[in-house]
Amino acid sequence: MKFTEEHEWLDAGDDNVVTVGITAHAAEQLGDVVFVELPEVGTEVVKDDEIVVIESVKAASDILAPVDGEIVEVNDAIVDEPSKVNEDPEGDAWFFRIKVEDLSVLDDLMDEAAYKKFIGD
Amino acid sequence: MAEVDELQHTVLNGLHRALGAKMVPFAGYEMPVQYPLGVMKEHLHTRDAAGLFDVSHMGQVVLRGDGVAEALESLVPVDVVGLPEGRQRYAFFTNDDGGIEDDLMIANRGDHLFLVVNAARKDADLARLRAALEPRGITVELLEDRALLALQGPQAETVLADHNPDVAEMRFMDVTTLPLGGAECWISRSGYTGEDGFEISMPAAAAEDLARALLADERVEAIGLGARDSLRLEAGLCLYGHDIDGGTTPAAARLGWAIQKVRRRDGDREGGFPGADLVLSELENGAAMARVGLRPDGRAPMREGTPLFEAEESDTPVGEVTSGGFGPTVGAPVAMGYVPATLATADTRLWGEVRGRRLPVTVAKLPFVAPGFKR
Repeated sequence: MKFTEEHEWLDAGDDNVVTVGITAHAAEQLGDVVFVELPEVGTEVVKDDEIVVIESVKAASDILAPVDGEIVEVNDAIVDEPSKVNEDPEGDAWFFRIKVEDLSVLDDLMDEAAYKKFIGD
Repeated sequence: MAEVDELQHTVLNGLHRALGAKMVPFAGYEMPVQYPLGVMKEHLHTRDAAGLFDVSHMGQVVLRGDGVAEALESLVPVDVVGLPEGRQRYAFFTNDDGGIEDDLMIANRGDHLFLVVNAARKDADLARLRAALEPRGITVELLEDRALLALQGPQAETVLADHNPDVAEMRFMDVTTLPLGGAECWISRSGYTGEDGFEISMPAAAAEDLARALLADERVEAIGLGARDSLRLEAGLCLYGHDIDGGTTPAAARLGWAIQKVRRRDGDREGGFPGADLVLSELENGAAMARVGLRPDGRAPMREGTPLFEAEESDTPVGEVTSGGFGPTVGAPVAMGYVPATLATADTRLWGEVRGRRLPVTVAKLPFVAPGFKR
């Protein structure tokens, strides 16, 4: 598991497909999530594109593409039931799966220890 | 923007922190926006049981003197003279253009009038009151040594009755003085959530003990400003500085119900408040714009500032959302905003622009949630 400064987690799987979600820390900071909008499957995205909109009871925020790649799957369950993002942000409530050219793009990201230090935990 | 260390604290600041509240700046005060329960659950708990709110940041003002009610009528378009002792009424200060300078509660407590005004408008309201009333021999006193708690929800009565059974006798908008836990409290049966409930003014020194005693009751949870906002929005109640301000008139804000006959055209005490000609003429002839409830079709909230369009392709917005978010009890996004009176009928279809896209939204009757007042 790798982490970004935007509070996303990335979990590399087979065939260069990376599962992306937001961290428990991010979900806690957002408060109760009431709306999620995900990109369409097949979209080619560039790092830092705004590809997800997430709204909590407090405010709207964007989630940026953490790496370049193609969206190959999205988690419609969190669109139907946004509260799942608060219940299991680092598990069932993943956001999308993105296929990257080369998994080495994850090398520069934080590991769990570095992320914990980043959020001052 | 005031620095964090310049923010004022209510007497319950330490209690909020001890309860794990997330504190934010609000109207010059450091206030709890939510507790560990979270906005959604705090909101639902208030509708289901009882919620305790610290509203000590609001201004508590006492007016005294001969003819105080007549004098106050020179600033507000409501019937103050006819307000019986032991009763309270919603009101607003108007300006010369008929706009609303603040909304407030006025209580007749026998030998004085007791006002509760918005925290952000405290200074402006006091200046207005002093300028108009002091020359008429009325004293205007801001009470800085009293706290204000609101206990709201369907179980508020049974909870508070455990501390003093006499509160159960009160009806919506009654005000009285009763002891709670040894402190002399000024209690009104009112609030700003759309639920039955009470607002309790008490000496600041007694506030933490009473708050802790109420919170010790398992039916009661501490509720922050986040849920206070979604509760009042679902109840269709205006937030000053958002849904009403110096540029919105009572008729446009659909607050004409608060202006009694006696202050209207041909009433015994017609007019006599700032902007009366315009305010009263609009009440008879209608205002160009109207505050309406709005229900977005999808799940995306339409927040304050969302422009509203008559058609999906129109170039120019016809109105704007003034309060919007997710309604936990409604289970969907809800909003209020201003649209031309011709588009203000329930079920009118409009479009709101969210993140560059036009999304359908329907004009809806207010409130979104039926009130639980004990009339």
